[in-house]
Amino acid sequence: MNLSDLSTKKTRNILIVGVGGQGVITVSKVLASLCHMHGFQVKQSEVHGMAKRGGVVYSHVRFGEQVWSPTIPKGEADILVALEWAEGLRWLEFLRPDTGIFIADTQQIVPPFSCRNRQTGAESTYTREMPTDIIGLITNGFALDATVMAEKLGNAKAANTILLGTLSAVLDFPVEDWQSILKKLVPPKTVKVNHKAFLEGRNWIEHSQSDQTASPVNGSLPRPTEPTELESSFQFEITEAWCKSCDICVKMCPERCLRLNKAMIVEMIDLQACTGCRICEWLCPDFAIAIKKTPQSVENA
Amino acid sequence: MSVQTNTAKDQITKPLGVPMMGNEAFARGAWEAGIKVASAYPGTPSTEILESLASYPPEDLHAQWSTNEKVALDVAIGGSFAGVRSLVAMKHVGLNVALDALMSQTYVGVHAGLVLVVCDDPGMHSSQNEQDTRLVGRLAMVPVLEPSDVQEALDYTRWAFDLSEQFDTPVIVRSTTRLSHARSLVHTGKRREPEKKSFVKNPSKNVMIPSYARLRHPLLIERESNLIEYFESDAFTRWEKQGTNIGIITSGPAYTYVKEVLPETTVLKLSASYPLAKERMLEFCKSVSRVFVVEELEPVIERELETLGIHVEGKKYFPRVGEFSPEILREGFSNAGVLDDSPPGIDLDLTPLTRPPALCAGCPHMSSYMALRGLNARVAGDIGCYTLAAVEPLNAIDTTISMGSSIGNAIGMAKASNEPSPIVATIGDSTFLHSGIPPLIDAVYNQANITVILLDNQTTAMTGGQDHPGTGRTLTGEETHRVDFEELIRSLGVKWVKKVDSYDMGAMYQTFREATEYKGVAVVISDRPCVLDPVKIKGPPLTVISQDCTACQLCMNLGCPSISWSDEWYDGHHKVKIDEASCMGCALCPQVCPANCIVPVTP
Repeated sequence: MNLSDLSTKKTRNILIVGVGGQGVITVSKVLASLCHMHGFQVKQSEVHGMAKRGGVVYSHVRFGEQVWSPTIPKGEADILVALEWAEGLRWLEFLRPDTGIFIADTQQIVPPFSCRNRQTGAESTYTREMPTDIIGLITNGFALDATVMAEKLGNAKAANTILLGTLSAVLDFPVEDWQSILKKLVPPKTVKVNHKAFLEGRNWIEHSQSDQTASPVNGSLPRPTEPTELESSFQFEITEAWCKSCDICVKMCPERCLRLNKAMIVEMIDLQACTGCRICEWLCPDFAIAIKKTPQSVENA
Repeated sequence: MSVQTNTAKDQITKPLGVPMMGNEAFARGAWEAGIKVASAYPGTPSTEILESLASYPPEDLHAQWSTNEKVALDVAIGGSFAGVRSLVAMKHVGLNVALDALMSQTYVGVHAGLVLVVCDDPGMHSSQNEQDTRLVGRLAMVPVLEPSDVQEALDYTRWAFDLSEQFDTPVIVRSTTRLSHARSLVHTGKRREPEKKSFVKNPSKNVMIPSYARLRHPLLIERESNLIEYFESDAFTRWEKQGTNIGIITSGPAYTYVKEVLPETTVLKLSASYPLAKERMLEFCKSVSRVFVVEELEPVIERELETLGIHVEGKKYFPRVGEFSPEILREGFSNAGVLDDSPPGIDLDLTPLTRPPALCAGCPHMSSYMALRGLNARVAGDIGCYTLAAVEPLNAIDTTISMGSSIGNAIGMAKASNEPSPIVATIGDSTFLHSGIPPLIDAVYNQANITVILLDNQTTAMTGGQDHPGTGRTLTGEETHRVDFEELIRSLGVKWVKKVDSYDMGAMYQTFREATEYKGVAVVISDRPCVLDPVKIKGPPLTVISQDCTACQLCMNLGCPSISWSDEWYDGHHKVKIDEASCMGCALCPQVCPANCIVPVTP
């Protein structure tokens, strides 16, 4: 690992990223307090507002003798800590290409927005790149399953403290200073588990650095499963004489592709959107709707 | 990376200050200036200013949430009339609401200092537009100070009160999201004890009837030239001389980006962007061979220099839209031939995951929009968390303009009478009290055939859960009168008002259907508290009986972030799963599940 000296006048840049509710701000608060304690000027910049709503959360922490911009220039982050895998990939371009250190939790938080495609056989749009694909491409890359590690310690929410522990191993402030600040900032009931989590993360990185055979990747994401059987064509049929305008199918259609026409008979208005889920067929009290599927052999499945 | 911490520790020669967020520094500056009255309506990124002021001793100052920004400004104007220094804080679009008062107040001037902290949102992190408040300052002829960092946020706010009294003018201190939500170390000072003053009767100054206002307008013009003269030599504007090849004129947070990319360049950092110190700028332009103007959003300084006949380079290289960053400045200066291209970063050709903000798990707004989709209604939306229902999967809002617009927009659409669908306005409780009442009276008065859904989640949710007159608590946590929405709405002349439990999907559908079939103004109050604020509400979580799931994914139409695809398939589609840790147990999803496969987790 590339060692550099913090007593120089250079500004140091740590970028901490994740998703709302993961504790990104707590990690950056610990780091900022530590920098204050050691006599550095610190600027911390984060965007509030959408954080509670499952959106992207990031915190730029810059410290040194004199810090100008509140945000880290692209390509100049010395360390990127990601509390979620896809978020780590989003911010990779901010990392210093040659010397930057990337530490990522392999936890996946799949947003519902990624599960929007209702076509037969559709997969989520969550990132396809796995830690084993990425870590090798970065000079100093580490990926660990901090959430599972924290669960084993008895509190999945301590995952951010595990990441903090890994950060402490590459940013060499005295370990007792990290711990004293951490103790002040976490809820009193959780001091013990956070202490353990901190050491767990710190030891994991130290072990991974000192032991040439240790893998910088711990735990991996499951590869997506494949559908076993696909049906790629179907027909939608209405027996108009049987429809009594009850509106049940219109209300229950997940894709909202049905409506009652002027004669109050159900009609298909968006066949493209129809996924053939059969809800309308099953729920129609008058058996007026039929979905006829033609099973087909699946290519490229 | 390793640090030599003993060396770092040796650097501590003097205390570096206290860590503070930009908005806390605005509050601190106002407290140090000796304010007695402060008010605001919450709005990202300005909300924390008043929250922070509320934490100072109540004997020092009165801090309050007002129903809207105009009321908030009027309250602060009242404080100034009464002889105490007063502050009002708002986001940029809030100033539009308050502008009516400001445009006349600027004629009146101040008895005691009056300062408006206005937070712009370049890049629209959390706003409906990115207007530039500096232009509003020019329109109202009110000086606009532009702090660039957290220390200056404190210093400039304190200074603004002196300036306000010295020149008999309200003063705008302009922030941006990046400054309001930055944290750094700040040197603080002591509180200046407020002067003992009280109201002074002076109708020709304080009462803006035409005959008096005519006398005041020339004084405004005179005030402007006095201010220009003042800013020609004010102590906060800095001329940093380093060479004569290029010079950069800048102000506000843009200054920090300039110093980041060109630390050793001649800079004129203006403390105020209205009115502009012309002679100082002219002198600066003459002293260097090439002048750049770096300003976020509108070319305010650049245009002023153009009218003086000075050629400068600005918006040619630095965009007029969006938020600045060191990269954007570097690119601009590199296109101008001043800097080398930035070195290439890591490029793995990854497509970033789209992760839009979503309604929270258990959000009571979900059922309202689910039901509206079922009615195939034309929906005029408003400003609040529920604006998130405009995107997939709910996709149930057709228009959004500004605070309180929904009801007026719905009246117009209904009067156009060219739509077979029912016309519905959806508005939150806090927004309704902010500016929804006059349009509802308008709807009754003009007999509009519309349905108004009042989404009463008993808090100002989008800005983080602030109290308002409908919660029965003040900014400082005191109990107060609580507005009864049903009573209020009936008193306006609405005959059809019904309250319905937001977690009862069937009742929601049925009530909405009845309301939209009613001829005239119908109001439905969707009644459930926000799941996050003021206290997090959590019931027993739900789970999916996977073997029964038919993968219709109807539950996913709610847009609940706890529901996503599982690894199991049915008929070519993913079955669903519920994340028990984040599920709030609102039980909306089992109510829409046709297969009856969503059940509470059994312990």
